Amino acid sequence: MPTDVRRDEVMRLVAIGAQLVDVLPRAEYDAEHIAGAISIPLKTLDRETTARLDASRPAITYCWDLQ
Amino acid sequence: MSPRAAWRLESLGFAEVYEYAAGLADWLAFGLPTEGHDADQPRVGQIARRDAPVCALGDRIGDVRDRARAAGWDECLVLNDERVVLGRLRAAALAGDPEAIAADVMEPGPTTVRPDERLTTLWPRMRDTHVGRIIVTTPDGRLVGVAEREAIERERVEHESGAGRRA
Repeated sequence: MPTDVRRDEVMRLVAIGAQLVDVLPRAEYDAEHIAGAISIPLKTLDRETTARLDASRPAITYCWDLQ
Repeated sequence: MSPRAAWRLESLGFAEVYEYAAGLADWLAFGLPTEGHDADQPRVGQIARRDAPVCALGDRIGDVRDRARAAGWDECLVLNDERVVLGRLRAAALAGDPEAIAADVMEPGPTTVRPDERLTTLWPRMRDTHVGRIIVTTPDGRLVGVAEREAIERERVEHESGAGRRA
C-alpha cells in the first residue's frame, strides 16, 4: 500500500535515491516542478512510460496538492 | 491524482511507493527548489513573515496585546494546537477589554491565500481591495506567515526590473 509522506520525508527519501514522479499534465510540469522530478502524467502512466524508472528503488508520486 | 498514480505504480511492480499528497503547492510554500520556465516567479510564501504573533483561543487579550506589541505588531493570529488559523485579532480587538478571551473577540475565518500564489496576481488584488496584510496558509489551513503589501510590491518591482535587465 502506498505510504503518504510529508515534505521532510520526501527530502530524506530523495537524498537516498528515491525517484520523484510528477503526475500533472506535461504543460504544468514544464511550467514548474520539484527539482529533479520526472514527468509521467497520470493519464499516460503505464508499463511503457514507467520503463525509465527503476522499480527496485523507492518512487514518490505527487501532483499539485491534496485534490 | 497522486494517490491513484501511487497505486498504479504499485500495480506495475514497484516495491516501495510513496505519495506526497501535499504536493507541489506544499513544496513551493516552503521555498524549496523547483525547475521549469515559471520557477523564478516570486510567490507569496517566499516573502511571508514567519514572525507574526500567535495565540490560542483561550488566551486573555491583555496578555496577547502585550506580546504582540513587544514583537512590534498590532495584531495577532489565533491558532489551534495544529497551527490551523482560526481567527485574527486586529488592532481594535487588541485595544479592547484586556480581560476578554481571544475566541470571543476575534474575527473568525479570516481571508487567507496559498503560499504558491504569485505576487503578480496577488498584489493588484490587495491594492484594489485596500488590504495591507494577508495571511498565508498551507492548503490544509496551517499558518505559513503574513505577507505585507508593501513587501509584495517591493519584491514584485525588483523581480520585474531584474527580468527586464535579463531580457
